[in-house]
Formats: sequence, C-alpha cells, structure tokens
Amino acid sequence: MNPQAIIDGLIAGSTIGLGAIGLTLTYSILRFANFTHGDFLAWGAYLSLSLMGLIGGLLAELGVRLAPFSFTLALPLAVVGGIALTVLLALALDKLLFGRLRARGADAIIIVMASFGASMALRSLLEFIYTAQPAYFTTALQIAKPLGLGLRATPDQLLVIGMTFVLVAVLHLIVTHSAMGRAMRAVSENPALAGVYGIDVAQIVRLTWIIGAGMACIAGVMAGLLVQIRPYMGFDLLLPLFAAAILGGIGSIPGAMIGGLIIGLAEAFAVQIVGAEWRAAISFVILVLVLMLRPQGLFGKAGG
Amino acid sequence: MELLAYCAFFLTIAMTYAIICLGLNVQWGQTGLFNVGIAGFVGLGGYISAILTTPEAAERIGGFGLPIAAGWAGAMLGGAVLSLAVGLLTLRMRSDYLAITTFGIAVALQLVFQNAETLTGGAFGMAFVPRPFAGFQGNAFAFNLANLAVTCAVVLALYLLLEHLLRSPWGRTLRAVREDEVAAQALGKNPASLRLQAFALGGAIMALAGAVQAHFIGFIAPGNFLPMMTFQVWAMLIVGGSGNNRGAILGAVLVWAIWALSGALIAEVFPADQQARAASLQIVVIGVMLCLILLWRPQGILPEIRSVSRHLGRRHKDQ
Amino acid sequence: MTVLTVQDLRAGYDRDLAIVKGVSFGVPAGQSLSILGPNGAGKSTLIKAMAGLVPCFGGAVHLTGQDVTGLAPHHLIRRGLGFVPQTENIFTRLTIRENLQIAAQLLARPRREERIEAMFTMFPDLAARPRSLAGALSGGQRQMLAAARALLTEPSVLILDEPSAGLSPKLVGQVFDTLRRISAAGVTLLLVEQNVRAALALTERTLVLVDGQVAHDGPSAPLADGALLGRLFLGHRAEAMP
Repeated sequence: MNPQAIIDGLIAGSTIGLGAIGLTLTYSILRFANFTHGDFLAWGAYLSLSLMGLIGGLLAELGVRLAPFSFTLALPLAVVGGIALTVLLALALDKLLFGRLRARGADAIIIVMASFGASMALRSLLEFIYTAQPAYFTTALQIAKPLGLGLRATPDQLLVIGMTFVLVAVLHLIVTHSAMGRAMRAVSENPALAGVYGIDVAQIVRLTWIIGAGMACIAGVMAGLLVQIRPYMGFDLLLPLFAAAILGGIGSIPGAMIGGLIIGLAEAFAVQIVGAEWRAAISFVILVLVLMLRPQGLFGKAGG
Repeated sequence: MELLAYCAFFLTIAMTYAIICLGLNVQWGQTGLFNVGIAGFVGLGGYISAILTTPEAAERIGGFGLPIAAGWAGAMLGGAVLSLAVGLLTLRMRSDYLAITTFGIAVALQLVFQNAETLTGGAFGMAFVPRPFAGFQGNAFAFNLANLAVTCAVVLALYLLLEHLLRSPWGRTLRAVREDEVAAQALGKNPASLRLQAFALGGAIMALAGAVQAHFIGFIAPGNFLPMMTFQVWAMLIVGGSGNNRGAILGAVLVWAIWALSGALIAEVFPADQQARAASLQIVVIGVMLCLILLWRPQGILPEIRSVSRHLGRRHKDQ
Repeated sequence: MTVLTVQDLRAGYDRDLAIVKGVSFGVPAGQSLSILGPNGAGKSTLIKAMAGLVPCFGGAVHLTGQDVTGLAPHHLIRRGLGFVPQTENIFTRLTIRENLQIAAQLLARPRREERIEAMFTMFPDLAARPRSLAGALSGGQRQMLAAARALLTEPSVLILDEPSAGLSPKLVGQVFDTLRRISAAGVTLLLVEQNVRAALALTERTLVLVDGQVAHDGPSAPLADGALLGRLFLGHRAEAMP
C-alpha cells in the first residue's frame, strides 16, 4: 500500500471536514439537512476566482507569487471577499426561501425539499455563468517536497491542512467557551426556550449561516486550489459532507472534522484497492455502516 | 403525420414519467417519505429488465432473452427489494436520514451503471433492449401509437390500483399514520411497517417505470439516470399536486411539456456551441419553479382531496 | 403601583379559534397571583400569550407602563417579564452554570458574575456542582434552576406555568417553599397551577378562568373552601351563587 495515501486522505479530508462543519451546524440549529450546502462550496470557489481576477487586474503589483506557495497575494484577498459574498448568498437564500418556510411552520422535510430545488438551480446557474469547463486558481506547477517516511506534499497542500486545523480549533473554542457559542448550543437544543432565556434566535440563525457559508467558501477554495473548480464540485462533495457530518455526530464541530478526515483517508486508501472510479461509493458505504452501527455518530448523543 | 408521431412519442415519455410520479406519490404524497434517489430506483428497474430480456452478448453477463413481461416483473421485484433495504435502514430515524440515504443510493447505483461493465455495459450502456411492437418499427406512427397505448394502459392500471388501495383500509391507515403517528399507534397500527410497505410499493412502481422506458427507447445508458431525473420528477409531483394521483399524472405531462418546449426553444435560439450552456438555464427555471410552488401553492395544481397533507400546512398547534 | 396590566386580551393558536376570550386584570407590584381553572380554560394560553409564545389577536398587555403586547420572548425578558415554562424549561445539554450565564448575558458585564453568585446563594443545591450538565438534576432541582434563571435578571414580574407539574409530593413542597421565598423577597409572582391547595396557600389573590374568561377575581383565602371553587370551575359566576 502506498503511504502517500495518508497525505491524499488528509487533504481531501480537510476539505470535507471544513465543508461538513457548516452542514452539521445548520442541521443542528436550523434542523434540516441542507442540500444547497455543497453548492456554497462551489459558489465560494467561483466567487473567489472572479474576485481574484478583478483584484489582479486592478492591482498588478499584487501579482508576485507568495513563495513557497503557488498563488499571489490576490488569492487571500479574494477569499476574504469570496467569504463575504458566499455568506450574503446564504443569508439571501434564508431570507427568501428557508426563513419564509420556517415562519409558515412548514415541516423540516419541506425545507429539505426546497433546499434540493434551490441546489439544482444554484448549480445550473454556475454552469450557465462559468460553463462546465474546469477553471483554476493558478497554473503554476508545484514540486511535492519529501516529508520523510516516503510521504510527499506541496507547500499548498501543507497550508491547506494547517489552516484547516487552526480554523477548526478556533471554531471549537468559540462554540464551547464564548457567549455566542453557548447561545448556539442553546438554540440547537430548544429554540423556543432560547427565546424565553433572552436569546435572539434570528441572530443565532444568521450567525449559523455566516459560519457555515464562510467555512464552505474556504473549503471550496481549498478544493479549487488543489484540484480544480467545476460547477459540480459541490454536488460531488455533498455525499461525503453528509457522511462526515453524520459520522461525527450532528452538531459536533470536532466530530464533523474527524468524520471528514476519516472519510478522506478511507477514500484515499480504498481507491488503491477498488480503483478511483468507485471513489464516490466509499462515503456511501461509510454512511450505511454508521446508520447501521451507530446512527448517533461518533460524538453524538443517543436519541439526539 | 410526422408531428402526430412525435406527439405520440412525447406522450409516451411523459407517461413513463407519470408512472414514476405515481410511485413517488405513494411514498411522498400518501406517506410523507422523502426520496432523493428516484433516478437510482428508475435506473435499477431499467437495467434489471434490460439484463433479463436482452439477447445473449459475449461481452456481458446476463442477456437471458426473457420476454418483456418477465423483465417488468423482475424490475418491480428489484425496486421493492432495494426499497425494503433502504427503508429498514432509515425509516426508524429522522425523516432527513431517508433523504440523505436515498441520495447516496442514487450516487452509488450511478457508479454501478457506469463502472460494472460486465453487467451493465458501462458508460456506453446496453443496446438491443427488446421493444414492444418491434414489428411496426418501419412505421414510426403506428409504432409510437402502439407503445403509447401500452404505456397509457400501465398508467391507467396503476392509477386504478392505487386509487383502490387508498380507499381500502390499508390506505386509510396509511394516511392516519401520516397525519398523526401517535394516535395511529394508539389504535394498534404499526407505523414503521406501514411506511416500509408504502416505500417498497413506491420503489417497485418507479423501477417498473424504468423498465417501461428502457423497452420503449430500446437502449439504456447511465446518462439517463442522473440526479436531474430525480429533480424533474419532484417538480412534476409538486406542480401537479402531491397526494393526488391525477395531479401526479397531470404534473408529469405538464412539466415534461415545459421541459421539451424550452429545450426546443433553446435549440432554436442559441447557436450550437452555446446550447449546452443554455440548457442549464432550463434547470434553473425548474428549480426556481419548485421553490416558488413550495412557497406559494404547496398543495400544487390539484390538491389532495380528502385532507391536505400535514407536511405542507401548518404544524400542530402544540408544537 | 400596578406593574402589569392585561386589557381585554384575546389570544390562541388560530385566529378563528381564540382560546383566551377577552381577559382583563391588573397586578400591583409585589403581589402574588394564582390563575386557576378547569382543564382547557385557557390558563396556560393566557400566560404564554403574555410571554410572547402564543399570538395575541386583540387587547393589550402593559408592563411597567409600556405596551408589550405581542413582543417576542427575547424582547419581553429585557423589559422585565420573566417566564418559566411548564416542561423543558432548562437546557439539559448545557451545564448549570452555562444556563445561568445565558440569562446573565442580558445584564451589564460587571453585574453578571454577581447575579450568578446571588442565585447560587439563594439555591445552594445548584451551587454544589455548577459544572455538571443540567440534565443530571432531579425534577425539583430543575425547577429551581428554571426559577433561578428567570430571577437572575431581576424581572418586575415572574410568571410560572405549573411549577409543580409532574413532581412528587415532597418536591412539590420544596418548590412551593422556594416560591414563597421568592414572593417574600418582593417579586411580583403570577402562577398557573393544578395544585389548587398549594397555590391558594401561597398567593394573596386568585383569578379563576373558565372558558377563556375571568369567572372570579379576588383574595385567595376565601377560596380555600373547596366548594366555592368547585362551583366556579363548573362555570357559575361568583355573584350568581347563593
């Protein structure tokens, strides 16, 4: 078995885990499985790409590569804007669609269905705007440097893995230790009681979208930087995202991250045995196993 | 004559969609089960029937050359078995777990269709799926009309069967379970088992639709069973009116008409190299339409007659 | 001074089907008031409407002179209306301290710890293991935490929905002792109760609600004779009785 699968798995797992964080938060706080979440990843990547082009065009002096990475300063700047725009997209969708259905008292499953319809529309809109041709943040080639033990990784890949861990740690600390995090956990347990306790539930809902869409954008850019950007990239990640969120236990941020890493590693190792064409089936198999053996997930509470 | 032949062709395809919608209506409209893997169930039926009925081929397993009716029966059995497996796994959990799992089923089956070349013919699919009335093939009009008649007969038979079932004690209990599970349980009904039965029945009907479609077209390939199909069928049922079997059929014809007409329009208006891109606008339109109907007329064109689905209206007041 | 005024309040879950059908009363500061009545009289709906959890269709609720009709719960608590629901009234997956911290978030920063400590002094049971999950508390302790949470922000009115529901007789006594201490501390108290005897013993004044309307409003003591209350519950107005 090729040990390089560890690096491949960690990289794929970082993207999946970061994306699954938003999914698990919306699932536990807004109480529905959001099928548009994958498309937030894709939109985040494309919006950042467009902004990068814009910034690069306006400020040519930013066109210097940030050694040892493959991209220029325009990319991190664009990602900041991309996050803001992805968050706006999520908030707009909540205001126009999900929020209205919630206010009407519609069943969660109707909101799931609406998210399914919206996801198709969002994805096809990307295809219309940017065409189905893959796009790239950078065409610069990077040499994978040896890390020892027969492992190799490019600086970009190491950056992605490192950034993911920092983001997850910060988010986890916020949720477990800040007033905001307490309020989020309270709303996830009982939204009506949260209002009685003085929590502005609408504000927590907005906060959930901000964190979820922000992480989705970063995950989308990471996937775009290391592989490529396609309108269907989010859709293809949706099953791994769901599997990671459920495997980790709905509502758990470290759970989503660990779930993502497990799925990334499982994919990387399994494709060496069954072939790359079966990659998408791996997360399905894991999902089925979790539902059979431990439906509450690794860090979830039974019956929760 | 050519136009009439096309109309017959168009209606036959619409009727195969109507069969899928009727199956979905059993699962969603009557029982409230959200299936996001319709394309997988339909594809499974198509492939099973194709494998059972195609003539022997050197490069594949299967090719049993059985009669078409045996293919249809095999498809329904396969659809029911898959539904039972999915149902057993997820129906005791939150409703969205079924959605996520069926979504996964469709992804996994799509991979099987594409990659299990020795069984499914891989990306190129299977040709020479026997077509009913193949003898008429020389005359497109007669051929399409005969097939339309058969497909309509299937739709009618299913419609009558489902209407009968819904008026039966089984159907009444099913709705009781959907409206108020606790009360139904108190009356000694087993909601889990009823849901499972409904899900399996719906899955069998969807698989039958796949078989009917495969035999009409005479060819089957993985590309026919993309998530797009699931999405179209949902739009059909929601537009037509979930819970209402006539609504399901009406929705299928209507949405398929919108789809075909907008497709024709795009072919007319856009240059050839832009058509794939413009086709994505079709999906945007249907997606937005689905959301708008959920927002403004969740009961669809033909609402459920007896009682509006609890899933579409207000919650119980004590929630 | 009247701290809470309810004027001709109409409320319910469905506009066509008001459950509270025109209720009026005022509560002076520091008073304790029981709302009693037969099942389905609309007692819980009335206080939930006051707490912003059930829509109001007509009438008004004034709190310390301000119109608070139909405000969302999180606004009401900032205006000084504390509400303790009947069930699921604490966050079981948060610690005891976190439950109090959420409520304390409404206060100015320097007062937060001070008020949490004050609640721990008032309810020593809660102070024993502040970092354990609230879900591990006993039924009576849960009611204490729920009351402590609501009292922490020093509301001008504290409304409780059946604080003794589902508790063993011993715990009921415990909960009513707590309420007595709260009332003695000068808090305006309003409670809906099934436990008529205990409620009458606790409160100065009683409102009897029948079919969504006030059937009787007066001092609690005379109602301790069960017969009068029984007739009221059956729908006879006090004036009409011999």
